[in-house]
Amino acid sequence: MENKTLYTIIVHSENFAGLLNQVTAVFTRRQLNIESLNVSASSIKGVHKYTITCWTTPDIIEKVVKQIEKKIDVIQAHYFTDDEIFQQEVAMYKVSTPEFQATPEASKVIRRHSAHIVEVNPIFSIVELTGMSDEITSLYQDLKSLNCILQFVRSGRIAVSTSCFERVNEYLAHREERYRQEHS
Amino acid sequence: MSEEKISGSEALMRSLEYHGVKTIFGYPGGAIMPVFDALYDHLGKLNHILVRHEQGAVHAAQGFARVSGEIGVCLVTSGPGATNTITGIADAMIDSTPIVVIAGQVGAGLLGTDAFQEVDLVGITQPITKWSYQIRRAEDVAWAVARAFYIARSGRPGPVVLDFAKNAQTETTIYAPVDVDFIRSYDPDPETDPKAIAEAVRLIDEAERPFLLVGQGVELGNAQKELRDFIEKADIPCGCTLLGLSALPTNHPLNKGMLGMHGNLGPNVMTNECDVLIAVGMRFDDRVTGKLETYAKQAKVIHLDIDPSEIGKNVAVHVPILGNCKRTLPLLTKLIREKKHTAWIEGFESYEKTEYEKVISREVYPMEGPLNMGEVVHAVNEATHEEAILVTDVGQNQMMACRYFKFKNTRSLVTSGGMGTMGFCLPAAIGATFGSPERTVCAFMGDGGLQMTMQELGTVMEQKVPVKLILLNNNYLGNVRQWQAMFFNRRYSFTPMLNPDYMQIAAAYEIPARRVIERADLQDAIREMLETKGPFLLEVCVIEEGNVLPMTPPGYSVNDMLLEC
Repeated sequence: MENKTLYTIIVHSENFAGLLNQVTAVFTRRQLNIESLNVSASSIKGVHKYTITCWTTPDIIEKVVKQIEKKIDVIQAHYFTDDEIFQQEVAMYKVSTPEFQATPEASKVIRRHSAHIVEVNPIFSIVELTGMSDEITSLYQDLKSLNCILQFVRSGRIAVSTSCFERVNEYLAHREERYRQEHS
Repeated sequence: MSEEKISGSEALMRSLEYHGVKTIFGYPGGAIMPVFDALYDHLGKLNHILVRHEQGAVHAAQGFARVSGEIGVCLVTSGPGATNTITGIADAMIDSTPIVVIAGQVGAGLLGTDAFQEVDLVGITQPITKWSYQIRRAEDVAWAVARAFYIARSGRPGPVVLDFAKNAQTETTIYAPVDVDFIRSYDPDPETDPKAIAEAVRLIDEAERPFLLVGQGVELGNAQKELRDFIEKADIPCGCTLLGLSALPTNHPLNKGMLGMHGNLGPNVMTNECDVLIAVGMRFDDRVTGKLETYAKQAKVIHLDIDPSEIGKNVAVHVPILGNCKRTLPLLTKLIREKKHTAWIEGFESYEKTEYEKVISREVYPMEGPLNMGEVVHAVNEATHEEAILVTDVGQNQMMACRYFKFKNTRSLVTSGGMGTMGFCLPAAIGATFGSPERTVCAFMGDGGLQMTMQELGTVMEQKVPVKLILLNNNYLGNVRQWQAMFFNRRYSFTPMLNPDYMQIAAAYEIPARRVIERADLQDAIREMLETKGPFLLEVCVIEEGNVLPMTPPGYSVNDMLLEC
């Protein structure tokens, strides 16, 4: 079996209802698990950005991305390996305040991971960490070993490419320029 | 712009007329009644054909679109009316047929409540359409129809669904025609890389054994002449995919026949002999390639396609040439050197001779025994001087018809290629007669496929559709039976079929008909069919256990064809 890589797929689309379904359906058809998914408004008005991660092979990822881009309202889709992007995730750890405070080790763990405490009340506290996937897992394991975790949640990955231009802006400008030329 | 307010239904009628629609295939129902009421006032301009089942409407729209190059339109109600079109929509998607399906939907206030005849049509059809959109406001009608027609016809054509909520049908709006010819997220004719053109020209000029695969993209791009200019200058022999068969005249000296599982021996074998393989507007379907691991491994592959997602999907491509082949083929033709590949082209002859001796002569010119399917196809083709439109169903009738029918004219074949939809033929042939009323339409089907959509004989009767129906009756689901014989030890599990008396069926629908059992009667029956004005059903009782040959069995290499079984 071919070795699988964790790819990050960045998709820009129009903000139309039902598009997320169309994008995820491309994965479903090929029985590919989406590892994480983040959808939000992009810097361009009316354009949404999806950041999707998925373990697969170079051959499959190329076909998947082309099939996503084929959807009428998808503007662009690209895939990246980890060395081609800056990427972050955010996680929140809800811990029991009495148990947290009773453990001297706890504050050292927080400092060592450069995490933040964003809420403290007599019942629970919330620790927040922004970082790479394995850093977030590592903090979870440390806090878990202190037996104080009540809830844990982590976001999907968000990423920006390391290239110095915004591909989508350029693409849209180019499309409109070509249209004007063909119709003038 | 008029300030007059009209209903969403009336806006739909005016939009359809504005976009050049003249023919609609449809079936009314509760959630589309306001539209049918508006249609009543437009019958002078919009010809509505009432089918007998919504599947018939969508296949008719496909047949219409395939022969005319225009968009096929169908109009159905919500719920079951809409879901009955699903097979045809999926068929149009895989075969790149431009159709627009307009379906009723419950009012916007009832959406999501499991209302009577409510179904999530957009959700169901998203994976099998180019675009699927729900119209919830009357003021969106003109825009949605314009966008639907632009998407359906441009780029790689395909089906579009408009799910028309009932409130939007009755609410009023100010109407002004809308044109859409640009969608920023959608590039219907991707830019061609000049470096790829240069590289392709180099490969073609250096090729000693070039071979070209003609796909339906040539017909869809209306690039039949551009293709001929190209192959004639470079002297490149061609094989046609099933859907590409009429893109190049059958008798063109460079047309070496049909590709695929039941295609001709020469083009299949030579696929694995060529040094440069040029694929034009085709998608390397598994029925064409056979075993991918051994497919054309010796060749450099140049792939011309309008759809970037087809490049490298099944076969690794050395030089991709993106864009409409009507535009890209002349770029190559202009730069390539004029060449002759006489010896290479003569190499096809021995395969043609073998196939003729072992397969064709036995199928088409038998001396005794029951009538053969290929024999009937050949006789009809001769009698129509190779000028008819061929519509087929799916299975042995389809393979035999496509193997032995010859084409002089473009856009002359309507068949369900990718989906392989049984029951496609009768309604698609009805649609083809409306799409190309001046031409003879010959529809070949088996007894299984006819019975899947036989209710459309009612449409034939009512419209006096001048369709020539040729039923190749072998009392079996013949293609499956052939596979059972070859791969399942002749265990004929549910393939023998008890048939009705088709002469009585035809009589009930007042369709002239004739049954032929004896070889001696065939020519006269075909003459009678073609001389009869309007519809005609010719039932030919053919050999029960006839086999389609040659055959590349599933999993075999493209050059490994069986000539007997």
